[in-house]
Amino acid sequence: MLNQFMSYLGSNVTPGSANNQLWALIYVLIIFAGVSVAVMAMNWLERKALAHFQIRLGPMRVGPHGLLQPFADALKLMLKEDIIPAEADQFVFWVAPLIGLLASFTVYTVIPFGPSQAVSDMNIGILFMLGVSSLGVLGIVVAGWASNSHYPLIGALRSSAQMVSYEVAMGLAVVSAILMTSMKTGTGTLSMLGIVEAQQEQGIWFIFKFFPLGLIAFVIFAIAMIAETNRAPFDMAEAESELTAGYHTEYSGLRWSLFMLAEYAAMIAVSSIAVTLWLGGWMRPFPNLLHAPAWDFIFSLFPGITFGGLAAIAFIGTARMPAHSFFKVQRIGLAVFAALLGFLALLLLVIAVAGRSADTSLAARFNEGIGYVYWFVLKVAVFMYLFIWYRATWPRYRFDQLMKIGWKVMLPISLGVLMVTAIVGVLVS
Amino acid sequence: MNPAINAGMAPVATPGFFYVLAGLAVASGVAVITRRNAVHAALALIVTLLSVAGLYLMLYAPFVFAVQLFVYAGGIMLLFLFVIMLVNIERSSKERRFNRMWPVALAASCALMVLFLSAFVKGRTLFPDRLMPLPESSNTQQIAGMLYGEAGRMGQYTFAFEIASLLLLVAILGAVIMTKKKI
Repeated sequence: MLNQFMSYLGSNVTPGSANNQLWALIYVLIIFAGVSVAVMAMNWLERKALAHFQIRLGPMRVGPHGLLQPFADALKLMLKEDIIPAEADQFVFWVAPLIGLLASFTVYTVIPFGPSQAVSDMNIGILFMLGVSSLGVLGIVVAGWASNSHYPLIGALRSSAQMVSYEVAMGLAVVSAILMTSMKTGTGTLSMLGIVEAQQEQGIWFIFKFFPLGLIAFVIFAIAMIAETNRAPFDMAEAESELTAGYHTEYSGLRWSLFMLAEYAAMIAVSSIAVTLWLGGWMRPFPNLLHAPAWDFIFSLFPGITFGGLAAIAFIGTARMPAHSFFKVQRIGLAVFAALLGFLALLLLVIAVAGRSADTSLAARFNEGIGYVYWFVLKVAVFMYLFIWYRATWPRYRFDQLMKIGWKVMLPISLGVLMVTAIVGVLVS
Repeated sequence: MNPAINAGMAPVATPGFFYVLAGLAVASGVAVITRRNAVHAALALIVTLLSVAGLYLMLYAPFVFAVQLFVYAGGIMLLFLFVIMLVNIERSSKERRFNRMWPVALAASCALMVLFLSAFVKGRTLFPDRLMPLPESSNTQQIAGMLYGEAGRMGQYTFAFEIASLLLLVAILGAVIMTKKKI
């Protein structure tokens, strides 16, 4: 066991490729915990950001600036009574949230957070991701049917029709990015690691490749992925002004929260696909242009600086707290939170400095790994913020408009981009 | 590359996985034909398809595995559910089954059984004793090479593949024309 644990530390492949089940398990646990924490953070951020978009304060009472609100929500949802409608199909009603949850968490096995920071590198990585995430819609459809109620059924039918139609445009956009992987070497790849490595070899993110072809494919994917995850402005499945809550109207408590968890996990997953395919995955900006060791060092300081900035914001918040005795506990809490963030920033900076001196040591490899994960997570975080921004900005589509856009605009454009990419690729090589 | 085979280590795909997946496939397959509720049967069919997909993965055919997930479990079963959901389940489950076909079905499954048994008995002479394990990494590329050809050569199955895709296109167009009066 210990031998298996130690032997992997020196290797530079994924645990799956190294056939190391122990480390694969460790990675799975880390990713599961990380995604769950990210979903909680996203929950807080969405409520806060949406409130600020609408000139409200958002949650302010549970913890300083509502920071503990996700924990309170989670506790509330777990303690709520578990209601199953009398006329519902018990078993299917019970199993439906699990289908969605399983589908959205399984895809994380192939997401490359770094060249060796993935559970496994599958030869069919991107196909596997699309295939498994397409299973998620089964959970929604089955939930809508099992509730034995009209609104959920309509919501489920809408969402399945929507997901099936946008999957086509999404798949074609993905194929045009995969075509680009074969440009220099002659053989393309479906592996998630391979796609990022191809971008590194060609020295360009695929979003800028064959400008504007890569950009158009990326935009199509970015639109289709909002529809795939049933987010505003494509949230027809749960349009609250028309269908109360869509497919999860009859769900409550823990089961409802499983749906939410699955939705947010799926949002992170599709964002990671977009980052991997078009935005260079784990690569920092300009890895080929600015590849001197000095640049490596400067970029490795970024994680520490980011956390330092967050700590500074938290400290400013502490200082600006009203000087009333009501706020004493909140003030102390926020100060502790700021101190924790500051400590983390310091730790990251120390690792960055320690990793610079020795090239092959464990510290250097650790430092490298932190850099990869940091840039990947940062790019995904931008997408997550965009999801909130879209929701605050755009009104919901009507269902026929949504279908029209999917089939009559997105599909022809993505087909055209695919063909032109193939032609240009052949002409160039 | 599959390091498990190269390094001579025990592959992860052990017989235990096979028995679990095969058992699941058979059990859910039985559930498909015995459930009276059509949605339950469809869900069981999804489990069958997924466990067969797992078997494909054990055979080092990841591309077929992914297509099984994507096309059958994800796409086709969704459309199945889509249609079944609109049927009145309670009324249809009370209807008497129209299983007058069972003698034919019995004969067909007996014939299939005999075929499998003969393959099992004569297997040693029919099939090579030991197959070279295919490298997992090149599975997709090999399929592409067969379908589209490589290095300027036309592939073995290019023509058949294109004809099949044309056939599918005709089917799609036919469905659209039959359902839409005005296009």
